[in-house]
Parts: sequence; C-alpha cells; structure tokens
Amino acid sequence: MAAFLAARLFQAMIALWGVATLVFFLARMTGDPVLLLAPENATEADLQQLRVSLGFDRPLPVQYADFLAGLVQGDLGRSVAQGVPVADIIAARLPYTLWLAGGALVVALGLGLPAGIYMGVRRQSRGAKALMALVYAGQSLPTFWSGILLILVFGITLGWLPTSGARSVSSMILPSVALGLLSMATFARIARTSILDEMPKLYVRAARARGLGARATVVRHVLRNGAIPVISVAALEIANLLAGAVIVETVFAWPGLGLLTVQSINARDFPVVQGVVLLGAAAAILLNLVADLLYSAVDPRIRLGGRAT
Amino acid sequence: MIARTLPRPRPALWPFIPILAGFVLVAVFAPLIAPHDPDAQNLLGRLKAPGTTARDTFYLLGSDELGRDLLSRIVHGARISLAVAIASVVASGIIGTALGMVAALRGGWTGTIIMRVVDIVLSIPPILLAIITVAVLGPGIVNVVVVLALTRWPRYARVAYGQTLSVVTMPYLRIARFTGAGPVRLLWRHVLPNIIGPIIVVATLEFGLMVLFEAGLSFLGLGVQPPTPSWGSILSTGRNYVSTAWWIATFPGLCLFLLVLSVNVIGDTLRDRVDRGSD
Repeated sequence: MAAFLAARLFQAMIALWGVATLVFFLARMTGDPVLLLAPENATEADLQQLRVSLGFDRPLPVQYADFLAGLVQGDLGRSVAQGVPVADIIAARLPYTLWLAGGALVVALGLGLPAGIYMGVRRQSRGAKALMALVYAGQSLPTFWSGILLILVFGITLGWLPTSGARSVSSMILPSVALGLLSMATFARIARTSILDEMPKLYVRAARARGLGARATVVRHVLRNGAIPVISVAALEIANLLAGAVIVETVFAWPGLGLLTVQSINARDFPVVQGVVLLGAAAAILLNLVADLLYSAVDPRIRLGGRAT
Repeated sequence: MIARTLPRPRPALWPFIPILAGFVLVAVFAPLIAPHDPDAQNLLGRLKAPGTTARDTFYLLGSDELGRDLLSRIVHGARISLAVAIASVVASGIIGTALGMVAALRGGWTGTIIMRVVDIVLSIPPILLAIITVAVLGPGIVNVVVVLALTRWPRYARVAYGQTLSVVTMPYLRIARFTGAGPVRLLWRHVLPNIIGPIIVVATLEFGLMVLFEAGLSFLGLGVQPPTPSWGSILSTGRNYVSTAWWIATFPGLCLFLLVLSVNVIGDTLRDRVDRGSD
C-alpha cells in the first residue's frame, strides 16, 4: 500500500508541475505577456515599464524558476486591477464556491442516489424506465439553461426564491439545484449500475435463503457493497462541480470563484484568472488522487494490478 | 481516473436522427428559412411576446431587446453552433489522432512526452482550460475553434495511441514495413483505416460537448461576439431580461438541449455498436 501511495502521490505531483508549466507557457503563447496585463490604451513606454517592474524582461528560464518557486510558497502573483495578492482575492471568494459545490453535492446525492437505487432494484418497472430517460436527458441539459428555467419558474413566476446574489441561505437553493442536476445524473447511473452488479451475487441469494426480506436484503447488504464505487465517483464529481460553478455562478450572480474568473477576464486581470485555473486544476488532480486511493483501499486488485489510472 | 465502462441504457434512436437532420438542414439553409434578417433592429418592436405583430413584422417566437426576430436569430445561431462544433471536432480530431499514432509508432521519448502532455491536459477541468486559453487569445469565433481544438485533442490522442499500439504488432503492418512503406504512408494507409472506428465514436461524443462548450463560452461573453447570433449569447441576453421576456432564453436553450441530446443518443448508440476501447 505504501509503495502504491508513493507512486500515486508522485504522479499527482508530476501532473501539478505539468499544469503549472502549461499555464506558464500558455500565458506567453502570444509572445508578450505584458499585453495581457496592460490596459488597452497603454503606450509603448508604459509597456516597457511594466515589463521591467514585473520581471518579464528577464530570461525565460529565470522567470519560470521564479514562477514555480512562488507557487510552491502559495504565491500566485498580484492582481493587476486591484494591486493585492491573488491568493487573498481567491481566499475571499473560495468559501462561496465551496458552499455552492457543497449544496450541489447534497442535491445530486439526495436526488441521484434514491433514483439510482430504485432503477437498480426495480430495473424492469415502468417507473425505472421513465427515470432512466429523465437521467439521460439530464446529462444533456446545459446548466446555463436549466439555471435560467429555475429562475423563471421559482424566482419569477412563483416568487418563492431569490434569483441572484448571496444574501441568505435561500439564495443558495436555486444555484445548488442548477449545478447539482448534472451530477445527479452521474450518481443515479453509478448507483444503478453498482446495484445491478451486486444483485446477482451469491451473498444476496444467501441472505434471501436465510429468510431475510427483499427490502432488508437491499438495505443491509446490497447498499453497503454498492456504495464503494459511488464514494469514489463522488470525489471525481466534486471536481466537476467546482469547474461547473463557473457558469452557474454567472447565471445567479453568485460571488464565488467562477464569477471572479469571468469578471477578471473582462477586467483583463490575467494573474487572477491564472490563479483560479491553477487552483481548480490542483483541486481536480487531488480529488482524482483521492478517488483512486478510496477505490484501491476497498479493492486490493487495483493496486496489485498497479494501474489505477 | 476510474474507467467508466458502464452499460449505458439509452433511449431509442429513431426520434433523434430526424431531430439532428432537422438542425443540420436549418443550419445549411438558414438564410432561406429565417423569416427576417437576424440583425435587423426594430426599436418599436422590442421584447414582443411570441405570436405578436409589431410594425408589419410577425414575431413567431417573439423579439429580443433590440426588436430583432428571435426565430431568425435562432435559425442563424444553428449555423454558428454546428459550424464551430464541426470545425473544432475536425481540428482536435486531426491533431489528436496524428499525435496519438505517432506516439504509438515512434514510442521512446517522443511517445512518452506526447502521452505525458495528454495526461496533464486531461487532468485540468476542460472548462477552466478553455477559459484561460480564451483569456490569452481573446474572444471571437475563430479563437473559440482554436481554444476547443487545443483543449480537446488529448481525448483523441489517447484513443488513437491505444488503438495504434494494438495494431502495430499485426503481421500486415510488418509486411508493409518490409515492402518499404515510409512512416507517413504506414500511418495513413495501414494504421488509420484500422483505428478510425473508435476515433469516430469519440468524435461523435465530443461533438455534443463542443456544442455545449461554444454555447457556454458565448454565454460567458468569451465566445462568439455580438451581434453574431449564437445560442449561448442569446441565452445570456435572455438571462438579463428573464423577468420581462421569458422567451428569449427559453427557445434557444430548448434548441441547444434537443441538439445535444440527439447527438448524445446517436453517439452512445454508435459506441455500443463499435465498442471496445473507445473511452
């Protein structure tokens, strides 16, 4: 297990380094990163001054080493528009995105798991088939449309819930549902498949032979075994929820990292965009690692096989 | 990542082929189908509800904040949506397939580096990668295609790599090498035809994603720029007028949903038929 853990940690570190490198060169893809940072009406003298003050006149390897050294210390640079460290801006907005992703996860699990379990246990019923079609449709639903529809129905027509900003707990409901719907489909599918995998196994028949009722068998045995894939997929889904927040936050004017990113692009504040993307990628890599570890912890075949990716 | 090799039950195929064909026809013949000029403003006919007439103009699906006919904008938007999706699927497909085949055939350092880059790019959530690339390149329809091609090629590279590896050991390939086929001829004539099936499956599944990405980027104001009609940018206008004009966001969103749904059903059906190693 220790060797496996070390190998996977090493892989994750390599991926993080690769992402940082990719972002570094992406910023220099157009040749002159100062053009990304300067206001549109800057003169050539302004540009030159900015170049020197930000260190872009130094050789590329020096800039690269400096960039990586900064990242290791948690230094994401300074915002051009606000002049404060990017890390501070992100720290102020991060809780909102985490709350939103958390709410979405609750929605996705709360709706997706019961739907998936029902579809797995009663696979041939009409209800299961109708649910399956709904889940399938849910996967093709663009969040920026479902978000607007939710606003239309629950915010405007019925007037039940606030539709923008983050003033109270009720502000969180609509964005969480909009964001959670996509993952709901994933959870429903995984739960269904996992139940279908477990149902034909011998322990189910044994439990039934001992006289345990159908419902009790599912609740006490099948659900526990079926939970394993669901838990590790949940780790992957959190990464998707964090990324999906970019669009949902824009729909609901939710003041998290997604809205910050879009505002920063419009304000030509590249360091902030870069910081959010690096953070999002790091979160995705770490959650992927967590998913792999969870999976291998319960299924030794994976780490013995040596290929978890 | 944990392989998602789940049996995917999917809806019947038959309703979705006509829907997709319908969108393609609408896109191709957009100028003939659209009842009005999609950019013609009519400031006295702003935010008219579906089915109303204002100043001799009949608005079947209503009008937007500048009095432009929503139906005409949606019809022309289909063009943008499909054109961007096709262009980016073709671009990323060619780049990814070529790099994947080369990585498998050359192996060694070249192969390792290409496939490591594939792993890294795939580890970044695609929407974030697209956003930072747009932040560098700037918005606009051509840049959207460039962004999508740059962010999506690794999907094809991974499939092409795996498929090519399983093909290179085949006797016919060794014979082709003996008879003096160069690397380009080898890949083009002997490898590509044998791996194209799974690649096409990936391309179909990616197609729906590309439609959503273009709309998403345009919704954020980072994609196709106004006044060019894109479903995503119409939706973003619709968000601002949602309390007074529900139709602006509802109809383009419905089109987007139907298009993506039918592409996904067709893609999944294709995958089940070709199957093996496509994901």
